[in-house]
Amino acid sequence: MSVVTDKEVQRRVHMTLQVNGEEIEVSFAPYKTLLEVLREDLGLTGTKHGCELGECGACAVLIDGEPLLSCLTLAVECEGRAIETIEGLAQGTQLHPLQEAFADLGGAQCGYCTPGAVMTAKALLDKEPSPTSQQIKEAMSGNLCRCTGYQQIVESVEKAATCCRSAERGAA
Amino acid sequence: MMRLPWFNYRSPKSVAEAARILAAEGRDAMLIAGGTDLLPNMKRRQQTPATLVSLRQVGGLKDVVNGRGLTLGAGLTLSEVVNTPALKDSCGYRALHQAAAQVASPHLRNMGTLGGNLCLDTRCLYYNQNEDWRRAIDFCMKCNGETCWVATSSKRCMAVSSTDTAPALISLGAKVRLVSAAGDRELELNDLYQNDGTEYLTRQPDEILTAVSLPDLSGWKSTYWKLRRRGSFDFPILGVAAAVRAAPDGTVLDARIVLGAVSSRPLMTEAGGLLLGGKLTDEAIAAAGKKATSAAKPLDNTDLDLYWRKDVVSSFVGYALREIRGDDMSATRLRIMRQL
Repeated sequence: MSVVTDKEVQRRVHMTLQVNGEEIEVSFAPYKTLLEVLREDLGLTGTKHGCELGECGACAVLIDGEPLLSCLTLAVECEGRAIETIEGLAQGTQLHPLQEAFADLGGAQCGYCTPGAVMTAKALLDKEPSPTSQQIKEAMSGNLCRCTGYQQIVESVEKAATCCRSAERGAA
Repeated sequence: MMRLPWFNYRSPKSVAEAARILAAEGRDAMLIAGGTDLLPNMKRRQQTPATLVSLRQVGGLKDVVNGRGLTLGAGLTLSEVVNTPALKDSCGYRALHQAAAQVASPHLRNMGTLGGNLCLDTRCLYYNQNEDWRRAIDFCMKCNGETCWVATSSKRCMAVSSTDTAPALISLGAKVRLVSAAGDRELELNDLYQNDGTEYLTRQPDEILTAVSLPDLSGWKSTYWKLRRRGSFDFPILGVAAAVRAAPDGTVLDARIVLGAVSSRPLMTEAGGLLLGGKLTDEAIAAAGKKATSAAKPLDNTDLDLYWRKDVVSSFVGYALREIRGDDMSATRLRIMRQL
């Protein structure tokens, strides 16, 4: 638990962040990164804290649909931008096809890189519903994983893409 | 856990307002655009500005003007640069497209800007470490210390210029616009840099790099080759940018070969001059490679073996010039990019 000093309380910024479609009022010290605000002030601990320096991708979230690193994003710069985290992916108890595929095909093993990897894959599928495996590898090349050897991650994204496409056909 | 230090955060809406803040705050203020270079440095206490002046809300920094030549706003993210149609479809500007596409990782390219990559802090194994690590060696010349640990008798800091886009843009003859409260100036990008790891930019602390302009390069071909350990994330440990204008019969009329990551600044070599008036034969390419290698001065302060890094300069210049000549280098490129 971090100690909050008087100086810190006085200099806090107050703003409304839009996280997973919800407007949330929050106050925090201006030096905090989006990752720190998500985890410490909003209790959204699904986004993982990895290298803190932009070298691993574990903290990736979507901001206005783009996969970005929350550890290198100042929270004060996020007002008015749509933030999506892993917590917003499932619809109630219904997992997102990416979450199902990662679980079924071993795309998640220790799981630490998984939230960042899944959000990055979601941004890809939102833009390109039928990615080639080369496009998947390129899009995921900013997400380090020490367990899977990556092949299962690529297969998981491919399977999720197929599921998303058939769900859309079903809906149409 | 590494927290950012305290800072005052300012968010001007215009270049003029940002310039006024910088003029008033002096050297204690720094600009922040994408933050991908500055924030890790702040977490490690390599840079501790009292005030951050954010360029996020400053208008006009993402403008692209495509007329006679091409002007790119310095606030374009590297992903936006990669997706600029005028770059994708042009043989002349290809080096910039290839360089921007190979910076760091997709996430970092979605955040980091063109201007930020041009002003990228120089890097060194003795500098890019956390504060405790650096204190243990009594710091180094670049930050809080007196000794350059990679060359202990050196009078200057030997940290390495690690930008990918600068060598590419210098090979293309780019100019940059710098704006301060006192006025504007435009200078050759090549003159933005000096060979000192600490004072590596001639930009003054109160100046804002707002735009990069490229001349009309019809008739030119350019390319960028990057060496790094992994196919993603890593900074270059060698960058070779080449731009050539040739007559229809293949006679070289203009040629520039610029090296990255082998010095404290992007290095314009004399190798291009050797090619003038002749054709891109294997012999001419080998001679240019040899000349470029003699200019490269890598030191033992980045990844991989120092002597090998110097040795491969010639090969990389060869890859670049053979690609410009029209050889099919796609398999070599994929291998070098670690994409096979």
